[in-house]
Amino acid sequence: MSKDIRIRKGLNINLVGAAEQTISKAVTSNVYALNLEDFHGITPKMLIKQGEEIKAGEPLFYNKNNEAMHFVSPVSGELVEIVRGARRKILTLKILADKEQDYVINKVPDLDTADGDAIKSYLLQCGGWPFIKQRPYDVIADPAATPKAIFVSGYATAPLAANPDFILQEKEQEVQAAIMALSKMTPGKIHVTIGKSSSSPFKDIKGIELHKISGPHPAGLVGTQINKIDPVNKGEVVWTLSPQDLVMLGELLLTGKFNAERIVALAGSVVKEPKYYKTKIGAEISTFLYASGVKEDRFRLINGDVLTGAKTTTEGYLGFYNNTVTAIPEGDDYEFFGWNKPVFNKISTTRALTFSWLQPKKKYDLDTNTNGEHRAFVVTGQYEEVFPMDIYPLQLLKACMVKDLDEMEQLGLYEVAPEDFSLTEFICISKQPHQQIIREGLDLLQKELG
Amino acid sequence: MKEKLHQIKLKYQGKKMAPAFNALHTFLYTPNETTHSGGHIRGADDLKRTMNTVILALVPCLLFGMFNAGYQHYSAINGFPESFSLFDHFLTWDNFWVGVTTVLPLVVVSYGIGLGIEFLFAVIKGHEVEEGYLVTGMLVPLIVPVDTPLWMLAIAVAFGVVIGKEVFGGTGMNILNPALTIRAFLFFAYPTWMSGDKVWVHEAVERAGTADAISGETVLGSLAAGSDYSYSLADMFYGFIPGSVGETSTLLILLGGLFLIFSKIASWRIMVSAVVGALAMGLIFNGIVDAGWLPEYSKFYTLMSFPYWQHLLVGGLAFGIVFMATDPVTGSQTNKGKWYYGFFIGFLSVMIRVFNPGYPEGVFLAILLMNVFAPTIDHYVVRGNIKKRLKRFKTATIYPKSSDEVDSLKTETA
Repeated sequence: MSKDIRIRKGLNINLVGAAEQTISKAVTSNVYALNLEDFHGITPKMLIKQGEEIKAGEPLFYNKNNEAMHFVSPVSGELVEIVRGARRKILTLKILADKEQDYVINKVPDLDTADGDAIKSYLLQCGGWPFIKQRPYDVIADPAATPKAIFVSGYATAPLAANPDFILQEKEQEVQAAIMALSKMTPGKIHVTIGKSSSSPFKDIKGIELHKISGPHPAGLVGTQINKIDPVNKGEVVWTLSPQDLVMLGELLLTGKFNAERIVALAGSVVKEPKYYKTKIGAEISTFLYASGVKEDRFRLINGDVLTGAKTTTEGYLGFYNNTVTAIPEGDDYEFFGWNKPVFNKISTTRALTFSWLQPKKKYDLDTNTNGEHRAFVVTGQYEEVFPMDIYPLQLLKACMVKDLDEMEQLGLYEVAPEDFSLTEFICISKQPHQQIIREGLDLLQKELG
Repeated sequence: MKEKLHQIKLKYQGKKMAPAFNALHTFLYTPNETTHSGGHIRGADDLKRTMNTVILALVPCLLFGMFNAGYQHYSAINGFPESFSLFDHFLTWDNFWVGVTTVLPLVVVSYGIGLGIEFLFAVIKGHEVEEGYLVTGMLVPLIVPVDTPLWMLAIAVAFGVVIGKEVFGGTGMNILNPALTIRAFLFFAYPTWMSGDKVWVHEAVERAGTADAISGETVLGSLAAGSDYSYSLADMFYGFIPGSVGETSTLLILLGGLFLIFSKIASWRIMVSAVVGALAMGLIFNGIVDAGWLPEYSKFYTLMSFPYWQHLLVGGLAFGIVFMATDPVTGSQTNKGKWYYGFFIGFLSVMIRVFNPGYPEGVFLAILLMNVFAPTIDHYVVRGNIKKRLKRFKTATIYPKSSDEVDSLKTETA
């Protein structure tokens, strides 16, 4: 059964430098790294020591709060460095890869007969679990909770994001296996949302509730889809997965092998030849960045898309969840009378001498300049134009800022993730850090209410 | 220049006077600030641009007000021209010069005192100078009578900025519209300078009691006194009438309002609902008169029988609706709330206008009153959303967390 969802509120940010739909194989990376900040809220307990050898798929560390939850190495090799920050907090684990990759082959459960608990413990043990995220709180799913439904967005509307239809090509088998396994862990449905006119591989997948969505960004964000299909209430839990992680889970369930291989879109106006690369989780970004070439020396490199990604450097590594790497110009320059002259080369939702409304299809080359300074909230009614959820965004942000737990709960903080506020942050006239405010609000709520 | 300013900025970073310098610096150049958290790109608009757009919409009213200051002055002396011609009688250098000598000083004092206080507070509190006063400073000279003594204005501005805004925490935190706080202060502290038939025309006060005495009463003033006024509808619409500096030309206010709606800076919801509210109250009053419930000797008769739609042409109603009611900080913040907020502003403005015998203008009181009620309106609108969520919560499907399950998993992997 297919239901159509139409999103009217939102904004498409068209940027130059979209990845061309061809896949090149990236040069094999020497060192692979896991950035622990990718796993929000997880305190790692190391299972191996620096200098020890590890196989691909062998556990590196576990979650302090849940010993069963393992995080495995994407490659085989030697754990050469544990980068620590303040108070010896582990930041990054670096693995020098072997020339010949050696995989742990797990004993796979029989998907037809295994029950939910068996699959759960298999995924926890073999490193597949961290791909499953949950709402509320937008963190790695709590294995003790049963989700009322599972959501997958098969549609990407974020600027320059990798096209799920393209990266899922010929992966139907893995996706199907992952869906089968997931369906055992929830009494509810698995909702998959695809673009209205897309030829998504999800069309032939069984055991899912397929939805079609159309409209501007954030139509592709899973939070928007949850809000329109089956919003999260207090006490309820839903899981979310991204399509490329379904492929990894599928392979783990079919072959017993944790294959960290992933297709990544390299995009952005700085990249000379933006296209897709086949690489692995944790690979050095430079292994494919310089294959495409860059147009300038100074730029912002982002693990993820421009709205939600994490800042990284040319010495950085591909993030655990990312299938997009974006490079855009840095904007640390002054602009003469930038606040009052007519603007043609930037995107705006207003028409205050800004002219992006004249050419909605035009592609822009935006840099990282904030185009103004941080201020208190002043203007009202503008977030609502790009925020399709049935939530009052300004009021929720303010509730988070003043740490009013009751308000946060009542205004729907359970339903959102920081990424849902990436568009309001983009258009914010007061340049408030919306995603950070929401993240801190979620963390507080989780800490106080568990 | 760019480099030099950058060096100065670095040199004074963290120093006490940094906010003052930065305010001037960011006026010339958009800062070199880049994104640090969340998204890596940002939209083109900032608060300066937003405020600047409002100022652009106000400029025609200011220019018109400058000419009108001269026009009212000379017409009061020589009588209104028999066959009016825009270029011969209105857009003349003489008129403009009167505007330059009377209106411009108001603008200078308003900005000078107001921004001075803003800078002072920014330096003391160590935050950046905020742009809120850019619009307030322009609004203030437009909503006072042309001959308002400058020292009075200075005191009022100081009061309005400090008590109306800074004590609440600055731009974005205030409860009352600062420009209207200033107006209210002037009205209650110096009532003789804010109403009557002597204040709307330049030099009328100085010449009072002499052989050259001149006067000019606003349309509302005449109506409240029960006397007739000699202005045609076209005069009222185009604005060739006495009144506060910038409030007279409904045409230019309308254009400014359309520009603000088109540029999406001001809320069309507030403007539309305020107009509807004003018309509704006007219609009610007209209805009472038509039904014969009000005897003709009543002191309210002339104002109540004033055709309902003409309320929008006289006094400060149009100006208030377009430029003051739409202040996002002090108005309702929810889209639904804006409908109620605007409606009551229009409704109450006309009501106060008719029922207040002392001062026949109610817009600023109505807006200030609704400023106070805006959070209440929002509260109920937001409650509606919360109730919806609570209703949904009743059918929530919550599965119990099984802690045994976790334990069993732990033993399995151990």
